[in-house]
Amino acid sequence: MITCLADVLRPNVGKATVALLEHFGATVHFPEQQTCCGQPFFNSGVEKQTQQLAKHTIEVFADGRPVVTPSGSCAAMIRAEYPHVFSSSSPWHTRATELAGRTFELAEFLVHQLGVTTVDAQYDGTITYHPACHLRALQADNAVEQLLDQIKGTHCIPLRKSDQCCGFGGSFSVRYPEISGAMVNDKVSCIEETQADTVISTDTGCLMNIEGCLHRNNSKTQTMHFAELLATGLNLI
Amino acid sequence: MTTDYKKQPHHEFLSASQEALGKASLQIALSRLTDTLAAGNRSAFSALPDSDLLREKARSIKDHTLASLDTYLEQLSDSVISKGGQVHWAEDAQDVRNIILDIAQKKQVQRIVKSKSMTTEEIHLNDALEHAKLEVIETDFGEYILQLAKERPSHLVAPAVHKTREEIADLLESELQIPVTPEPEAMAKLARAQLRQQFQKADMGITGVNFAVAETGTIVLVSNEGNARLTATIPRIHVAVMGIEKVIPALKDLPVFIKLLARAATGQKISVYTSLVTGPRRTEEHVGPQEFHLVIMDNGRTDILGSPMRESLFCIRCGACLNACPIYRNVGGHAYGGTYSGPIGAVLTPLYDNLEDHHHLPHASSLCGSCQAACPVKIAIPELLVRLRASLNRQKLTPFVERLIYQTWAHTMVRPGLYRLASSFAGWLMRLGASGNWLTKMPGPIKGWTQTRDFRTPPKQSFRNWWKKQKNIPF
Repeated sequence: MITCLADVLRPNVGKATVALLEHFGATVHFPEQQTCCGQPFFNSGVEKQTQQLAKHTIEVFADGRPVVTPSGSCAAMIRAEYPHVFSSSSPWHTRATELAGRTFELAEFLVHQLGVTTVDAQYDGTITYHPACHLRALQADNAVEQLLDQIKGTHCIPLRKSDQCCGFGGSFSVRYPEISGAMVNDKVSCIEETQADTVISTDTGCLMNIEGCLHRNNSKTQTMHFAELLATGLNLI
Repeated sequence: MTTDYKKQPHHEFLSASQEALGKASLQIALSRLTDTLAAGNRSAFSALPDSDLLREKARSIKDHTLASLDTYLEQLSDSVISKGGQVHWAEDAQDVRNIILDIAQKKQVQRIVKSKSMTTEEIHLNDALEHAKLEVIETDFGEYILQLAKERPSHLVAPAVHKTREEIADLLESELQIPVTPEPEAMAKLARAQLRQQFQKADMGITGVNFAVAETGTIVLVSNEGNARLTATIPRIHVAVMGIEKVIPALKDLPVFIKLLARAATGQKISVYTSLVTGPRRTEEHVGPQEFHLVIMDNGRTDILGSPMRESLFCIRCGACLNACPIYRNVGGHAYGGTYSGPIGAVLTPLYDNLEDHHHLPHASSLCGSCQAACPVKIAIPELLVRLRASLNRQKLTPFVERLIYQTWAHTMVRPGLYRLASSFAGWLMRLGASGNWLTKMPGPIKGWTQTRDFRTPPKQSFRNWWKKQKNIPF
C-alpha cells in the first residue's frame, strides 16, 4: 500500500519500498484501485466517509496477502482503528479485524515478518532520526533503529526532543497553522542543532512538513524517508 | 450542566493561542517547567519496575469503581457519617456554592483558607464566596500568586506555570510591599510567613479531594507544601469538595494511585505530604476541625458515565498529559478557555460544560499520542478527542463548507479513476503556481500553512504511473 501522500508527493518512497521488499525476497503486488486509507476522515470525526474509505480499502486488499506500507500513520489507521470503525456485529468489522492482523509498517515488516536482522548497506553521511508519532500506536518503534544501526558509513546523531510531534497532524496544521508552525519550527531547530546532512523519518506527512520548514529556513539539511535511505544504501535505487 | 465557562468561539482560541505564542515570558516559563516535569515523569516511570502493570492495575480499579459507582458513593457517605462527618450531595456547581455558603452563614464564618483544588475552580467557588463578603485566602503558593494577580490557574498541578519567577517576584513585591529576590526559596519563605497567620485566623478550611476511600470514609490530600494538611486541620470547620469520580473502594487500593500520582505529576516517588483525613476531631484528639463536611458533586459527570467518553472519568488530575503535549507547551493553559487545559482539558471542558461553546478544543491536538503515553492511567485521550470530533459532525456543529469538503473528498477517493484525475490536476495546478519546485504561498483555507513552511510540488510522475510503466500496464 503506497499511501496517497507518497503516491503523489514522494513517489520515490514507493520505488524504494518496492526495491527493498524485492531485495529481501518478497513478491510485490500493487492493487491499483487503492486510494486513501481514510485516516484524514477518521481524525476529523467524519464517520460515514471513514467507513466508505475503510470499506474501499478492505475490498482492495481482500486477497489475504500481507499489506505493507511505508507509513506508520496509515498502518496504525488500519491496525488500530479499522476494527473500531464498524460496530462489532457488522460483517465489515470481521473483515476489518482480519485486514488489521496482516497490515504492517515497512520497517517492522522487514524486521519482524521477513526476519531481516542484518543489512549490508553503506551510506556515507550524518543523519538524524525523527521517530514519527504513529509508530507509538504500532508499538514497533525499534525496528527502524535496528536497521539504521546496520548501515555502514552513517553517523546517526541523536535528535533532541525526538519524540515530540513535528506539528503536522493532518487537518490540525490547516486549522491551527500558527501552533503547528511553532511546533515545526521547534522540530527544525532541534534538527539543525545536530548539523546532520539528512533527517530521516518514516512518514511522508512528517517529511513534507519538516522539509517545507527546512526549505523556508534555507537549511542545508535534506529530508529522506527511511525506505529511501536504506534502498540508497543498498544501491537499489 | 453548568454554564459557568465563558463562551469562547473558535477565533478566540486562535487569537489566544497566537497571543500566547508571541509572548516571550510565557514561552520561557512554559519551557522551563514543562520540560522539567515531562523529563521527571519519564525517568520516574522508567526507574519503577513493572510500572506498566501498576498503570493497568490503576485502570482496572477505576473501571471497577465506576461500574458500581452508586454503591461506592453510598458506602463512602455512610463511612463519613459514621466517623462524625456530614455529607452533602450536589447536582451542579450552583448546589455546591449554595451548600458551602449555607454552612458559612450558619456557623458565622468570616475567614476561609483554601488549599489548591481544581474542582472548586471548576465551579468558580471563590467568586461566590467573595460575593458573599467572605474573606478567602488561597494557601498553595501557586494559587496564592494567582489570587494576588487576579488570574486563573493555567495548569492542573502547577497553577502559575505561565509566570516566570521574575514576574512572580515583581508581583509579590508590589502586592505585599516587601522586597524579594526572584529566588524560589526567598519567595516561598515570604509567602509562608504571610500564610501562617492566615491559617491561625481562619474559621473554615476548604480543600479538594485527591481520593476518597469508601471503606473508611477517609479523604486523601496530596501536596508538596503542607498547606492542604494545615487547611484541613487548623480551622474549626473543614469542607472537602469532590467530584463523584474521586471515590476508590478501599485503603488497599490507595498505594497504587499514590505511587502513580507523584511520579506522573512531578517525577517524585511520593509527594512531600500525603494526608489521610477521616472525620472531624475525635474527643481524645488535640488537633483537627470540630466539623467535617464532604460535598460530593456530580456537575455533568453521570452523563459521561454511560457514554463512550467514560474513560475520561479515570483522570487523577496529575497534569502529565499537559507537560507532554507539544500544543500545551506552546500555548499554555489559558488559551484553552476552560478550567481544565491541555489534552485532558480539551476532553473535559466540552463534556462538563458543553460541546458547542468549546467546539475548537477537540481539534486543538495533532493526535500525536504523547498524552496517552504519559498518562498514569493510560487514558486514550486521542481516541476521546476523535469521538468528540465525531459528535461535532453528528450535531452539525462543524461548518457546512467543511462537511462538504470531506464529502467531496471521500466521493473522489472511493473512485480510483476520479482520484487519479484529481491528483494529476492538483499536481499540475501546484507546479503552475510554484517557483522552482516550491510553493511559497498557498491560497484559501491552506494559506496558513505557508506562513512558516514552503510546500514541495508533486513530481510529474506519480508512483502508480511509474508502476504501470514498469509493468507495461496500459494507462
